[in-house]
Amino acid sequence: MAKSYETAPLVPRNRAAHPVPYDPEYKTSMTRAPSLPLLSLESTASEETGPRFGHSLIGDNDNNLIVNFTGELAVGERILVHGRVLDEMGRAVPNTLVEIWQANAGGRYRHVKDTYFAPLDPNFGGCGRTITDENGGYQFMTIRPGAYPWPNRGNEWRPMHIHFSVFGHAFGQRLISQMYFEGDPLIDRCPIAATVKDRSQLEALVAPLDMAMARPMDFLAYKFDIVLRGRRQTVFENRPEGM
Amino acid sequence: MVQKLTTLTETASQTAGPYVHIGCIPTFAGVGGVYPEDLGLSPIREGAKGEIITITGSVYDGTGWAMRDAMMESWQPDAAGLFAGQDGADPNVSGFCRFAADGVSGEFTLRTVKPGPVATRSGGFQAPHISVWIVARGINTGLHTRIYFDDEDNKGDPVLARIEQRPRVQTLMATKTGAGAYRFDIRLRGERETVFLDM
Repeated sequence: MAKSYETAPLVPRNRAAHPVPYDPEYKTSMTRAPSLPLLSLESTASEETGPRFGHSLIGDNDNNLIVNFTGELAVGERILVHGRVLDEMGRAVPNTLVEIWQANAGGRYRHVKDTYFAPLDPNFGGCGRTITDENGGYQFMTIRPGAYPWPNRGNEWRPMHIHFSVFGHAFGQRLISQMYFEGDPLIDRCPIAATVKDRSQLEALVAPLDMAMARPMDFLAYKFDIVLRGRRQTVFENRPEGM
Repeated sequence: MVQKLTTLTETASQTAGPYVHIGCIPTFAGVGGVYPEDLGLSPIREGAKGEIITITGSVYDGTGWAMRDAMMESWQPDAAGLFAGQDGADPNVSGFCRFAADGVSGEFTLRTVKPGPVATRSGGFQAPHISVWIVARGINTGLHTRIYFDDEDNKGDPVLARIEQRPRVQTLMATKTGAGAYRFDIRLRGERETVFLDM
């Protein structure tokens, strides 16, 4: 049964749940968004299969960004970021790779192209990864990234955010998104966040403070669940036209 | 009035941004030492069966500029058309590769094995192809496309058959430039815009 679900067609992507590709308020999208419609077709084996990564890939500190760069502690507000990876059918997505990257506590990335004044933290690299457990659960220990300015309109600041990359079990489920933090006033001023036109979909990118998972005298916690495309489960499959 | 559906909505995509390399290929980005090596350095290992090929190209934005910051992932079957994990698949073909445009020239290179045709559910075949996913700053949802080969029989392919404007089929064709060498350019917007897929 599990095997047949794994090879079932993917639910077509609901593009209205995603950002608009072309948004003049986010200037770079104007030269990088396709102008012609996407070709929409039923998924095939090429989209329904995907790379799998084993738990052996993951090192002991890969999901702890506070220590995984040098072994010494990074500067910043210590936070646990945790959640589950589910699909649109509400099923857990176990054993899937989750990668994150982020700026340091001052809002600076460890990247040759980032020239913001905020200093690099010698003990912060800014990347982490883990593989979900049997319930689709994941956890990262990190520091809260700082907000930072970027060139777009006259005075533009990114809200605090963590980038997420998730695989699922099918290449067609591949997703990159960003997690924002509850209460950040910059979210509603951000043209990148505002590319998501469905308000409830934008709110679903904002992680709530989760005091139940916070450890006294140690770290705060934020919860961020991620939903990937699901698979159709009918027993009545017709031959799609031409396929 | 009506029962409630229990289905969830997919999490909204957001751009991978200019620093996607830190998260996905940190050693390439200069953040060495966190992982032993970057994920998906090669889709094949020594001993992979089939013809080893090299595909070179660039990702152009709507002004014709070769983007320096694009990151790509490819997913493909082995020379027999089987994906990793399927019964009988070549153990030396993981099928997955991560590669990026060069920061100076904007050119990317994918070295892999030429994939075989893939059986469809209805008993037909898809022509040999490599699936590609492109992310970068300014791309709000990752773009899917496919690399087909201009020296293969592509007539029966069900995806290519659905492209109404036939000249656009060429945007999905890697052009043979020599023995085992192909050129595949991706144009995000405008003239000769690549066909992007929603599958």
